[in-house]
Amino acid sequence: MAFEGTGEGSYLSAEPGKGWLSSWLLTTDHKRIGVLYLLSIMSFFSVGVVFGFLMRLELISRGPTIMEATTYNSFFTLHGVIMLFLFLIPVVPSVFGNFLLPIMIGARDVAFPRLNLLSWYFYMAGAALAITTLIIGPADTGWTFYAPYSLRTPSSASLAVFAVFVLGFSSILTGINFVTTVHRLRAPGMTWFRLPLFVWATYATAWIQVIATPILGVNLLLVMAERLFGIGVFDPAKGGDPILYQHLFWIYSHPAVYIMVLPAMGAISEIVPVFARKVIFGYKAIAYSSIGIAAVGSLVWGHHMFVSGFSYTAAVYFSLFTFFVAIPSAIKVYNWVGTMYKGSIVMDTPFYYALVFIFLFSIGGLSGLILGALSVNVHLHDTYFVVAHFHYIKFGGAAFGFFAALHYWFPKISGRMYNRKVANYSLLFLFIGFNTLFFPMFVLGYEGMPRRYFDYLPQYADLQHLSIVGSWILVAALFTMIGNLVAAAFRGKTAPSNPWGAMTLEWQVASPPPKENFGEIPEVKRGPYDFREGP
Amino acid sequence: MNGTTAHSHRDYTGSKIGMWLFLFTEFFLFFGPILLYSIFRFRYPQAFIDASLALDTGVGVFNTALLLTSSLTMALSITAMQRGKKGTTLVLMGATVLAGAVFLVNKYFEWGAKISHGVYPGGEALEGVKDGGAVFYGLYFFATGLHGIHVLAGMVIITVAALLVHEGRINSNDFVKLENTGLYWHLVDVIWIYLFPIFYLVR
Repeated sequence: MAFEGTGEGSYLSAEPGKGWLSSWLLTTDHKRIGVLYLLSIMSFFSVGVVFGFLMRLELISRGPTIMEATTYNSFFTLHGVIMLFLFLIPVVPSVFGNFLLPIMIGARDVAFPRLNLLSWYFYMAGAALAITTLIIGPADTGWTFYAPYSLRTPSSASLAVFAVFVLGFSSILTGINFVTTVHRLRAPGMTWFRLPLFVWATYATAWIQVIATPILGVNLLLVMAERLFGIGVFDPAKGGDPILYQHLFWIYSHPAVYIMVLPAMGAISEIVPVFARKVIFGYKAIAYSSIGIAAVGSLVWGHHMFVSGFSYTAAVYFSLFTFFVAIPSAIKVYNWVGTMYKGSIVMDTPFYYALVFIFLFSIGGLSGLILGALSVNVHLHDTYFVVAHFHYIKFGGAAFGFFAALHYWFPKISGRMYNRKVANYSLLFLFIGFNTLFFPMFVLGYEGMPRRYFDYLPQYADLQHLSIVGSWILVAALFTMIGNLVAAAFRGKTAPSNPWGAMTLEWQVASPPPKENFGEIPEVKRGPYDFREGP
Repeated sequence: MNGTTAHSHRDYTGSKIGMWLFLFTEFFLFFGPILLYSIFRFRYPQAFIDASLALDTGVGVFNTALLLTSSLTMALSITAMQRGKKGTTLVLMGATVLAGAVFLVNKYFEWGAKISHGVYPGGEALEGVKDGGAVFYGLYFFATGLHGIHVLAGMVIITVAALLVHEGRINSNDFVKLENTGLYWHLVDVIWIYLFPIFYLVR
């Protein structure tokens, strides 16, 4: 392994009596499982990036350029499935939740370590199935698998749907594990309001995973039963109703947006106070707003369906709740900024990443309010405006939050420090590339460019080209950012146990952490952001 | 909170919390088809009544009684374990698995009769039926089929638990695995308690 030998007795050191491979693939150590997730998820992320990059490239000239229209359909389907189900939904909970949650609450492992490993295998099985569809004829339905097209398409939609079902299993098991862990394994003195905010965020996420995922699961089973046996519930030709598919799909998939973004927000809530050297402003407000987002976020799914022809009364209600859900998100942004106010800010790499997260997430959130308004939505529905909006939330928010977390906790996980200058410049170009890629889409969408189209009218050409140049900058910057971390994993300088001067428990153990996390379970006597006595 | 329980894997309450959360997800899994049933019933009231009348209530009642009894034997097996009566525990678990098997055999004949009359998704009797009758049977086969898979899974889990009892790895001091097995079986039972009336009785 890349980081091996960086510390005596660390979780990365060889286990006596076990081969190298089995010490990883059969491990029940939450830290090793976190690393397994990190490596596998990053691999699939790279695949998703390639699809996105090629989709953009296709639009460099009008008409077929490097692929046919049907290939383009498969590409946007796979890009969506991979990025959402293989990257964004699992990434922060499964990587950092696994690695950090037990250490942060002063436990030696999660509540069900073997179940934890099983959930990684479910993840890999789901991923393998999704990749298999690539070979035998990829699905072309879009990641939403809308009926009735998903019932009729000759592509391998059944297998893609089954892949997502298996991935849901992985997600549910992780959720059950985390909820139980937080309830049962907190160290003495680790009261609910001494929990680091990342734990609160992961806890709220785990509840959404447990509550919402089964609905998606059964919905996908219904699609499969429909395709295999023709049970007819979503098929208008048999008296079924495709709009019900959309309802059941979004009952899960809207909360899933919060599965993606809440843990990232939790990571930002850790980073901001550490680099502001100040106790977080409004701890309880942030903690409760995580729960608030989880609760209100479960009641807004209809805003994906404003033009589907469902009840107007329901649309008004869903629009109202969509505005409500902005409140807890805004609370968090205010609290992060409030934490920085009059802090003695140390500018360092993770903090820069966190700032970019706050900026991009705010644009994403505010453009969401525009889409939440019923009358505007009729104009903007299924245009590039929507594409821009959700990329600002999911890429600018969730993925940049993940990058911030990665740069913050990398020294803890690997025991090595990366080159901060390269990381900072990568961020600068990520920021430039991201905005060049996605900001023009707001304008394109407003002018009427529909999403998922393989061709466009001549008046959209200039902004399309600008956006494509942005994708080149973005991919280059991603490459240097990840390359920098990979190089650091092999050759980086040894990191101290607490390079950022943080107060939470994970920074009080060695880097990388010892196998059992703690020699003796610590007794917690202060809050997670109490910097008065110094670390 | 007792932090030292982390590595002993004997956290009784923790195991129970985990199991209940899992059961929670199972309820939501069946919530989907039951929700669809409610909506379609509202939309096609007459077709749903007609289709329901064609189901054999006698078999349904018998199967319900059977599953309820098997829940009793399952619960009794846990009590027997708590009192340290290993032999009785194994006999009662065997009775539970047997009841599950009989349930599935009944289901097989019930489904077989419907299928032989062409009453199944894609079957000739439902061809071109747009008034909701096809949807009723679509949901009927989907929900009872999904439930049948759960019965089968429950039987496998009970069998594995019985092996653990036999080996002494589940014993009168450590029986949380048996209790969780029981909880799973009761879930299978409770879901049937909902499926039975909505398909067979509400007319």
